Amino acid sequence: MNLTLHVWRQEGPTSTGRFETYQARSVSEHASFLEMLDLVNEGLTRSGKEPIAFEHDCREGICGSCGMVINGVPHGPSARIATCQLHMRLFKDGDVIWIEPWRATAFPIIKDLVVDRSALDRIINAGGYISVRTGSAQDANAIPIRKQDADLAMDAAVCIGCGACVAACPNASAMLFTAAKVSHLGLLPQGQPERYTRVVDMIAQHDREGFGTCTNHGACQEACPKGISVDFIARLNRDLLVASWKAAEPKAARMGGHG
Amino acid sequence: MKLVNPANKRKYEVIIVGTGLAGAAAAATLGELGYRVKCFTYHDSARRAHSISAQGGINAAKNYQGDGDSVLRLFYDTVKGGDFRSREANVHRLAELSVNIIDQAVAQGVPFAREYGGLLANRSFGGAQVSRTFYARGQTGQQLLLGCYQALQRQVALGTVTLYTRHEMMDLVVVDGVARGIVTRNLTTGKVESHAGHAVVLATGGYSNVFFLSTNAKACNVTATWRAAKRGAGFANPCFTQIHPTCIPSAGEYQSKLTLMSESLRNDGRIWVPKKQGDTRAAGDIPEDDRDYYLERFYPSFGNLSPRDISSRRAKEMVDGGHGVGPLRNGVFLDFRHAIERLGADTIAERYGNLFQMYEEITGENPYKVPMRIYPAPHYTMGGLWVDYDLMSNVPGLFVLGEANFSDHGANRLGASALMQGLADGYFIAPLTVGHYLADVPRTPVSIDHPAFADAEREVKARTARLLAVNGSKTVDQFHIELGRLVWEKCGMTRDAAGLKEALAKIPDIRERFWKEVRVPGSSTNLNQSLEKAGRLADFLEFAEIMCWDALERDESCGAHYRSEHTHLDGEAKRNDDEFSFVSVWEHKGEGQDPVLHKEPLAFESVKPATRSYK
Repeated sequence: MNLTLHVWRQEGPTSTGRFETYQARSVSEHASFLEMLDLVNEGLTRSGKEPIAFEHDCREGICGSCGMVINGVPHGPSARIATCQLHMRLFKDGDVIWIEPWRATAFPIIKDLVVDRSALDRIINAGGYISVRTGSAQDANAIPIRKQDADLAMDAAVCIGCGACVAACPNASAMLFTAAKVSHLGLLPQGQPERYTRVVDMIAQHDREGFGTCTNHGACQEACPKGISVDFIARLNRDLLVASWKAAEPKAARMGGHG
Repeated sequence: MKLVNPANKRKYEVIIVGTGLAGAAAAATLGELGYRVKCFTYHDSARRAHSISAQGGINAAKNYQGDGDSVLRLFYDTVKGGDFRSREANVHRLAELSVNIIDQAVAQGVPFAREYGGLLANRSFGGAQVSRTFYARGQTGQQLLLGCYQALQRQVALGTVTLYTRHEMMDLVVVDGVARGIVTRNLTTGKVESHAGHAVVLATGGYSNVFFLSTNAKACNVTATWRAAKRGAGFANPCFTQIHPTCIPSAGEYQSKLTLMSESLRNDGRIWVPKKQGDTRAAGDIPEDDRDYYLERFYPSFGNLSPRDISSRRAKEMVDGGHGVGPLRNGVFLDFRHAIERLGADTIAERYGNLFQMYEEITGENPYKVPMRIYPAPHYTMGGLWVDYDLMSNVPGLFVLGEANFSDHGANRLGASALMQGLADGYFIAPLTVGHYLADVPRTPVSIDHPAFADAEREVKARTARLLAVNGSKTVDQFHIELGRLVWEKCGMTRDAAGLKEALAKIPDIRERFWKEVRVPGSSTNLNQSLEKAGRLADFLEFAEIMCWDALERDESCGAHYRSEHTHLDGEAKRNDDEFSFVSVWEHKGEGQDPVLHKEPLAFESVKPATRSYK
């Protein structure tokens, strides 16, 4: 099939970007969307132009590197997949495709379709972990966990950190990302000691990064390649409410007292 | 094992390259112990390393199933699975540590699959007759890596680890014979920088992308380990490359990588091909009598759970013999019909739902209705930098962890053992052995003032400039595809002396043309993905030669290294313990010079080498 692409090109973080138009010719319906872009990039390179910069790595939907807004939809028209899993059989000959980077204040553009998502790492730094020293764990089966709880924790833990939830949200909120980690850890017995300080600290960092607030649009859930439910945001809000009742302990005390 | 006084640990700086399971676990643990850690990744985040793609699970000798498992059995299975080409002591330590890894991961909140009673569930994997594999749906690598990543980010927040994302290691700096630092390139700004440390730890993964098409993520490369090899570190067993039996067959010329379907699928899927050559009927139209469940026929004891090397070779044999299936006749069937009849589609969906979904997205076929098509693909490299029992290379102060080293898997790795090794190295071995090494290193601060740093930086910049200056007419990928095809044909699933000699004659020619004809657009002062690819390929073009040298010199078959000159009558690999029971360690002698082979003899004290049989 032959396609017309309008692709966002931007040389650097401070340059002005613009859409450029390319023709993708003789694309196989079995090719992936990224393989289609590979083809365009090979052509650009041969003609001495700079290929389109886009992030990608595993190309099987788990590393979370790739992500672009395709015809206005993060990760494109197919539900519950990352861009790398999108296949050209969903398109037809003559289609016009608009390709843009994630757009959010907290995700500055580095080049073309590549954005800086380090804000998500800093949300994890603020408390997205269980503080356990290497080698200090007891036998794994000493903590029985109800299968239903373990399964629900896994439903939240599958987040790949791609940022599609932010790109889809009209407020550019990273609440689904944050809620997924808060819920994953908060559902498990191991995560209880830090449960309420974790949610407070992660939300504070989320807000400092310039992500917007959640106003329950639910666009994040639709865009999430792993189908993470907005129910986890409700869970986060409940934990946040409980945390506001509990007097938050000073941070130094939580770090173990000898820091 | 020597120790460093807690008050002195902060006087030592440790450089860690790579944030996969091994690198992130080591960085988090060394930081927690009090060392000052600098950790580097070329990704935008530590969470993206290729460990994340591991699907099926992680082995541990917990014996939670009460099915006769033990440390000894896991040790034995791993040594046997590696076809008696691994170092016994290392493997035994790995088996011992396997149980601690599961404890550690659970304490971190890794949501492993559980039974209704609340205890951990297990599944079976190839090459073992016990059920010892722990898993988190089909995303075990992801969940274990996120555990490491979270532990690492916690240390970043505490200030014990400085994390450098989007930084690629371009060279190792050796001062007076000791590893003293690295040179990196900031992938966003192009800035070339030096970093000094009292020890350098490489956890940079494997080199399957030498084949161009593999299951590895696109950025996986050999640069860090090959650069270290060029600075004097021995490269061990480079020809031991694993071809994974269950990948989705290639669909066409545009194919950019191959996708793995977890080996765990072989627990319930049955592998078959049509008995008749060139049978073009749809799978559903081929009656039971016309199907050849060849693994069950060849290996009645292990059947569809035979080890990877054997399963891969048999699949190739079937396809080469005209029994291939699919539009390009380049696959074999992996059929769940009987399992769905026996267990119901819901149970199968619970076990493999995400894999079935992934398969359908890629092929457009529904595996609940028609059998999957699979074919072997390069997946993992058992070879890597040579290390001693402490995981230190022959360059003092240079440690190598995970897939980047050679130590535990011999000539073939068993499924669910890579995660185990990466985490054993990162959490439990390196944090102690690095300390043991540092205990004898002066606590004086290290600096980048030594001329070796400036020299290495100059070389890196010159190389980058040279790549940009060629301005030829071919793309980086064109050369990578050419190299990949050659290495796959001559040094892939089967090898012979004539083919390897041919490859050794052709690789220098491809390399020469690459440096004359490649076109790398853009500049060196901003994000330039073509330049990144070109630098990595330039290293593969050098590295591919020692891989072929190693395959040629190892004039026997063992595990994944299958020399067609050395087979038993039934087609199985024929080992030659009298002449080849050693680790090959290759020393780089400089551009244009043949590498030199050193041998570390393998002594087996506990396990008696025997012909590996899965019948």
